[in-house]
Amino acid sequence: MDRLLELLEDNGRMPLNELAGALEMSESEVAKKLEKFEREGVIKGYKTVIDRTKLDDAPQSIIGLIEVNISPQPDTGFDQIAREIYDHPEVRSCYLCSGDYDLLVWVEASTLNEIAEFVARELAPLKNVHKTESHFMLKIYKEGGLYFEPPTSDHRLSISP
Amino acid sequence: MIELSRTVESLAPSGIRDFFDLVMSMDDVISLGVGEPDFATPWHIREAAIKSIEDGYTNYTSNKGMPELRKAICTHLDKVHQLNYDYEEEILITTGVSEGMDLAMRALINPGDEVIIPTPCYVSYYPTAKMAGARVKLLNTEPDQFKLNPEKLADAISPASKIVVLNYPSNPTGTTYDKSLLEQLAELIIKHDLIVISDEIYSHLTYDLQHIPLPTLPELRERTIFFNGFSKSCAMTGLRIAYATGPEKIIGAMTKIHQYTMLCAPTTSQFAAIEATNHGADAIASMKKEYKRRRNLVHEKLNRLGLDCPLPDGAFYAFPSIKKTGLDPTTFCKKLLTQQQVAAVPGTAFGPGGEERIRISYATDFQQLREALKRIELFLQSL
Repeated sequence: MDRLLELLEDNGRMPLNELAGALEMSESEVAKKLEKFEREGVIKGYKTVIDRTKLDDAPQSIIGLIEVNISPQPDTGFDQIAREIYDHPEVRSCYLCSGDYDLLVWVEASTLNEIAEFVARELAPLKNVHKTESHFMLKIYKEGGLYFEPPTSDHRLSISP
Repeated sequence: MIELSRTVESLAPSGIRDFFDLVMSMDDVISLGVGEPDFATPWHIREAAIKSIEDGYTNYTSNKGMPELRKAICTHLDKVHQLNYDYEEEILITTGVSEGMDLAMRALINPGDEVIIPTPCYVSYYPTAKMAGARVKLLNTEPDQFKLNPEKLADAISPASKIVVLNYPSNPTGTTYDKSLLEQLAELIIKHDLIVISDEIYSHLTYDLQHIPLPTLPELRERTIFFNGFSKSCAMTGLRIAYATGPEKIIGAMTKIHQYTMLCAPTTSQFAAIEATNHGADAIASMKKEYKRRRNLVHEKLNRLGLDCPLPDGAFYAFPSIKKTGLDPTTFCKKLLTQQQVAAVPGTAFGPGGEERIRISYATDFQQLREALKRIELFLQSL
């Protein structure tokens, strides 16, 4: 993968001058490349990873991981039915998987009830969905490569030759 | 009244000891003073060590090191560098390069023999040469971008000169040597019949050039003791394992000392080293990529802050000049530590040539490194 993308995947907020330094390129070259990646849709966007447990006033967030079994359609395979599911705003991520189920749907809502409603009213009744299994996320240890628990401490001496 | 050895008494204590105590007394310090990788030893290497203990391999090995390990290293050197060493007579497994350095000095030096050491250099070269009874000539490489200048070497060579110590990529400067410079140095070394102690422990961390081991140069193999190991490349400093290769006569003499003082390198670590030699390449490549990215960040930022810093070609150190601040390195480092909680090592700890410099280790997590550089910027603004 392109080195610029590797750096941004790690830290989407890395300033241009630091990117330029790390890549041994000029800032304008980096900006140009970045714009190209954005235009071509290689870069989908920039998000922030938030640890909500650290906030007192944050609205509660419940994450449901729902395994969905669907019947593929003659022309569109899994894609059409998947779209019907992932177009719902509650769906944060949606993946087609191999194994016992077909779709893994990551749903976010502020109460358990909202997720239950979503499954009962929107997901399960769909014509080609014949089974769902919901899991509720209890604790995040690590997300997007970032530790939510403190990482293993550094055992090294602070100064060594 | 206890009277100590005069040689030991005459050695200056390590230049970083006071500083270490100061750092330990403070909280929230980002240390750029660490001379070892921040990565954990790759799991498959740790597993090999653990398995050897589970299997009961907790006894001595042959003095020279396990034949499997010696064979693996010789095969590796042959494959990668076309360097041919006999695993039975021309390699010794040591407890880190530091032990090997001490053995080499003691195996070669007679009273009055002269050792030439380019500086700034790793902290152990001078003391080990002195303890072996050598006269030491230090050559300051600062005016030559931290590379040993062949003309200056020629001037320094006297009839008593016996050994030159080379270290590339270098701790503390990050400098490495290219082929043409090595060839010029080789010519002098051959002409004056010198022996080279070549510490190439950072060879795997060479970023822009191809690392050229000294013994690969014509006629240098028979007069070079080549040091390398796994501490830096595979992040296993605490396992204390390295090796020396060289002519049978010298390796034999080093083995003689080693068998009386160390007996053998730690067995567990030898098992880890076999795994590192045979299967460590991927882990080494991925760590190298990360170091290079950090190097570019550090180099760009330090120069932008006006701390003139040559681009380090290898290892994980930058050695910027702090001359423009008007502070000596010790004062600079103490102030930086107390005001911004960032630790670096004063250049003076590494001998002549470090009087206006500090050593910054970028064996630190990328985000931490960015934060530390930000703090250095604030510190410079406060001066």
